[in-house]
This record gives sequence, C-alpha cells and structure tokens, in this order.
Amino acid sequence: MTTITENAIPSPRRTVKDEMVAFAIMTALLLVVPLTGVYPFFVMQALCFALLACAFNLLIGYGGLLSFGHAMFLGTAGYCTAHALKVWGLTPELGIVVGVAAAAALSVVTGLIAIRRQGIYFAMITLALSQLLYFVYLQTPFTHGEDGIQGIPQGTLFGLFNLSKPITLYYVVLAGFTLGFLIIYRAINSPFGEVLKAIRENEPRAVSLGYKTDQYKLLAYILSGTLAGFAGALKVFVAQNASLTDVHWSMSGEIVLITLVGGLGTLFGPVVGAFVIIAMQQYLAGFGQWVTVIQGVIFVVCVLTFRRGVIGEIAHYFKRSL
Amino acid sequence: MKKVVSTSLLGFALMMSASSLAFAQDKTAKIGVLNDQSGLYADVTGVGSTLAAQMAVEDSGLAAKGWKIEVVVGDHQNKPDIGVNIVRQWFDRDKVDVIVDVPTSSVGLAVNNVVKEKNGVYLNSGSGTSDLSNAQCSPNTIHWAYDTYQLANGTGSAMVKSGGDTWFFLTADYAFGSALERDTTNAVTAMGGKVLGSVRPPLNTADFSSFLLQAQTSKAKVIGLANAGGDTINSIKQASEFGIIKGGQKLAGLLMFISDVHALGLPVAQGLSFTETFYWDLNDGTRSFSKRFQERMKNKAMPTTVQAGVYSSLIHYFKTLDAMGGNSHDGLKIVDKMKATPTDDIIFGKGTIQPNGRKLHPAYLFEVKKPEESKGPWDYYKLVATIPADQAFTPLDKSACPLLKKT
Repeated sequence: MTTITENAIPSPRRTVKDEMVAFAIMTALLLVVPLTGVYPFFVMQALCFALLACAFNLLIGYGGLLSFGHAMFLGTAGYCTAHALKVWGLTPELGIVVGVAAAAALSVVTGLIAIRRQGIYFAMITLALSQLLYFVYLQTPFTHGEDGIQGIPQGTLFGLFNLSKPITLYYVVLAGFTLGFLIIYRAINSPFGEVLKAIRENEPRAVSLGYKTDQYKLLAYILSGTLAGFAGALKVFVAQNASLTDVHWSMSGEIVLITLVGGLGTLFGPVVGAFVIIAMQQYLAGFGQWVTVIQGVIFVVCVLTFRRGVIGEIAHYFKRSL
Repeated sequence: MKKVVSTSLLGFALMMSASSLAFAQDKTAKIGVLNDQSGLYADVTGVGSTLAAQMAVEDSGLAAKGWKIEVVVGDHQNKPDIGVNIVRQWFDRDKVDVIVDVPTSSVGLAVNNVVKEKNGVYLNSGSGTSDLSNAQCSPNTIHWAYDTYQLANGTGSAMVKSGGDTWFFLTADYAFGSALERDTTNAVTAMGGKVLGSVRPPLNTADFSSFLLQAQTSKAKVIGLANAGGDTINSIKQASEFGIIKGGQKLAGLLMFISDVHALGLPVAQGLSFTETFYWDLNDGTRSFSKRFQERMKNKAMPTTVQAGVYSSLIHYFKTLDAMGGNSHDGLKIVDKMKATPTDDIIFGKGTIQPNGRKLHPAYLFEVKKPEESKGPWDYYKLVATIPADQAFTPLDKSACPLLKKT
C-alpha cells in the first residue's frame, strides 16, 4: 500500500488559510453557476460524484485504504432512497435518511470484515463484497433488475423547496455537497484525522504508540461509506432513476479514476476530478464512437504528465496543501 | 374603456392567429439519435442507426418542400444517468424534437420519463423491454421495432408449429431471463408444446458445459436460450462444440440480431432459430434499402432490425409532420396523429400503431443457413414461418398500460 501512497501524496505544511481561500473560491463559483450558461443538471451530477469521490478520498488519501467497492454505498443508498420515494411515498428528507441509513448500516457490516486486511487484500475484499451485492440487486424484485427504478418523484423538501424546479434542486444539491465536504474537512483536521494519517504512514508505529488502529480505520470506513451513500441519495433526485450501473464494479473504478485525476489525498482534488470526468462523459457524447478513445488518450496523458493529479500538481508547484 | 378592452382583445386575437400561423409555417425538426456508439450494442445500433436516421431525412423528401431537418448524435455509454442528462440538455438547450433508437432497457425507460416530462416525441427501436408499451407506457412514446414479448412469443409458438414441441431452457438467472422464459413457456404450452425443464446459469457465465449437458440429456427437441449479449454468444459457441445441433436438437435464441450471427460466423451459428421483425433479404423494399445502407456503412454491414426500425420510425414521423403542414413541436399532438395514421414503409410494410404506443408489424421465424447453403456474405437466414402482425405482439387486453384505461 505504501508504494502507492508514498509518491502520490504531497505532504507539505498545511495552512488553514490556503484551504479557506480555496473553499471560498469553490463555493462562490458553484453559487453563481446557475447564472452562467452552464447546464445545471451537468453540475448537479458532477457535485454528486464530487462528494462521492471526496468520501472515497477520505479513506484512501488520509487512511491509506484503497476501497474498490464504493459503488455499493452509492447504489445501496440510491436504491433505498428511490424505493422509499416511489413505493413508500416518503418525503424527500425521509427518503435521504433511509438511503443514508442503509449505506451506514452496510458500511458497518462490510467494514468489520474488510478492515482486517490491508493493501491489495483490503481492495479485493471490498470488491468482492460489492460484487456480491451487485448480484443481490440484480435478483431482488424491488430493484427491477436491469430496468432499474424509474420515474422517481422528486417531491418537496421539508415541505418548502419544490425539487422539480432545476434551480431549487441545484441549490439543495449544492447545500448537500457542501455539508458533506465540510464534514470531511472537519474529520481530516481533527485529532482523529491526524491519527488516520499516522496509520497511513506507518501502522505498526501507530499501534506501538497505543492507538487502536482498527477502531480508527473502521470509523473512517463508516464515515466514508455513509457520505458516499449521501451522494447516492442526492443523485436520485438529479437523475430520477436508480439502476445497476451505480452498483457495478466499473462505477467503483470510475470513483478511483476521478480521485486520481483530481489528486489523491488532496482536499479539492476529487471535486476537480469529478468535474473533469463527468464533463468528459457528457460533452464527448457527441463524438459518438470516439468517446472511449478520447477518454483513454486523456488518461494516458494524465498518468504520463501529471501523476499527482490536477490539484496535486498545483499544490506541489506552489508548495502548498490544497 | 369597453372600446379599449375590445381593441386589445382584437389585438390579442390577431397576435394569436399570427403566432399560430407562424407555428404552421415552422418547418424545422431536430432528430436526436441516442445510442451506444462504442460498447456492447454498438454493432446493433451505433453508427448504423445514425446513418439510418440520415437516410430517412434524405428519403422523406422534406428538404425539397422547404424543411430544415437536423440530426444530432449522442453516446449514452449504456448508463441511464448519461442518457437522461443528454436528453434533458437536448430538449432544454438544443430544442430537439424527437429521440430515436435508445438501446439498453434501463436507459430506454429512463429516457421515456424525460421525454414525457418535456412533451417530446420518443420513437424507441433499440430497447427490448415490453414495459415501454405496457406498465410504463407514455403518450409521447412509440415502441417501434421489436420487444421481448414478441421475440419470446414468436419464437415459442412458431417453433412448436414447425415441430419443436418439447423445450428445455437455459435461462440467465435474473429478471430479464425469467421474463423471457415465462413468455416463451406460455407461448409453447398454448400451442400444445411441453417444457421439460430449465437450468439457470448465473449472469456472465464462462463455462456452459454442465448446463448444456443437462439440456442435451433432457432430449428436448428445442433448447431455448433465454439470455442476452455475451451469455448468448458463449452458449451458442459451446453448444456448437458439443455438437448439439448436429445431434438433432434445435437451438432457439430469444434475443439475437444479424450482427450477432455475423460475429459468430455460419459454421458456429448454423441451425440456430430465432425471431426478428426485419431481414435485409425479405423483399424488394428491404433489399433496396439495405443495399443503399450497406454501401454507405464503413464496415459494409447490413442493417440490423434496430437500425431499420430507426429508419422506418422516422419515415412515419416525417410523413406525419408533412401531413400536419408544419412542426408544432407539441409531442403529444404529433404522437397522437402518428398513432391515428396507418404506417407504410419499405422496411416493415403496412402496419398500425396501438393506443398504448406499440407499433405492429409481422415477425418472422428464421433459421441460420448452413455454410454451404449461403450464397455470399450476409446471406444468413432461411425464412421458416411468418407471424402476422396481429399475433406477433402483446394483445391489447393483456397490456397493463394506463393509457388504455382512459376510455
């Protein structure tokens, strides 16, 4: 595991001020997006994936645990929220609670199994568990197999915000994203986060210092899974469907890619990565059969020229942490 | 005061008539071809569907009548999220009027909801799911080329009629496979046939040997492959290695396209039976279309049912627009008019559209030729039986479409 993290993660001095400024710029940009010509649904989609990747990054970038099964949290929360909204007719806020709770419960169960191993074994266990779940969702009637749950009503959040209006939905998703982002920020900048980083750098030493590393890892895993679930629940309102794509292993791969392109172990990297990847999927769609070729070329260029990811390279250049 | 009101009313009325006049003269239309351009379904849909759409634009002859028609293309990469976002953007920004093709049932159904919300026109030829004209039907949607019920029912009943009265199923172990098996079983038993048993290999099975051996020892006359994509290809290849067809049993694919047969090659695919609604060598009309199509395809492929369906659906759409004298951009109105007009084109011949949005045309049971019977490239099918249009698809009284309950 250390071989991956050593080179990729910049560890210059952290300055809270830089991060504050970057956060302010990001929030300001996102707040004015609907006023510009950018298509809001694209930004909403990107925000959901940004939150998802941030949650993933919490685990790999700060805890050194590469999960290859984060799609299971995204998909589980998505299916549960979708089912709660469509079949049980719950309000949006309760639907989100159902989805997030399901993802949290799932992360407790899978976490207890997965954190017993490290490195590639951890990745394989999470992949295996998520594949297990994929086949469960393929078979269970409530997910409607490969048809997915379709035409999910968006409803009115807290009885106040009509989510079928794109502008309202946009700000609700943005609020959700910001909330998730701040939770992650808080977790990283707490004593808990410091211990996590210690575990990432050298677990035996952390153990020798008296930390019960398993508990820290499990907590980080649960936090990451729950927030990934939150992203999945939000995505239901944007896409209005929940399908097998969200639990497929290639989705887990996409999450890894987003984080790598943006910058592993950087606070803002996953956000940038999400916008890059989602923009590629959306805006290259017009190129027809060339989409995958162009994507491939871009990835090769990424790997060859900026291995730290977009934000990682910027942070390295300015010798700051972002 | 009164005068002011009446003049303003008059002005308003004038404005209204002027704007409706402007509507009537609006001779533009934008077609969105949404499909899989690079993945699993790229051969069945992909660039061929784009070409079919362009050919429909040219053949409609609307350009000569002063129409401006534009075709845009999107690759949904088989992901519903991407499909939904592209279609939303097409409607909101690019003012696309009609969405065609859209394979992959999860994407097909997701797009169905968006088109309804945006009051567009949705002519689906790519998805198999019969839900599009059943439980999830929409007043803006016409399901054009084929569906899973038609495939299962057609293959089941026609095979029994031509002597294959005992069946054994190889069913992919998920909802889609079970649905195919159920529909086929109903058709088989309704015709007096018998199902001897079934096995359920999991999705994406690499080794079918034990399942095929069970099928072989069942001594059923027909082995039904209730699966799709890679599973179908794998099971057919391995069945050929086991000599199942040479042993006298028949293999029935429940979801096959000519591109699959082309990929498998005749030595492997020979003897396979399945239903399609289109084959290039059916009649003069299909031959003339397909030859023109093939010339313009880069890989010189013949059109698949889906690609031909895209062409046929657009031809009917353009005819309707022409008859209405202009494009009102009102999806509901246009689809209603399309349903009210009988269809007639070189692909499917004469046909009709049911109130639930199901397009009706005959289906055909084909058997793949032996290599020595084939006269040249793409000469693959032998016609075994024709299923008339009124028997090929879900009967209206069995359709759960909410649109039917209004009357």
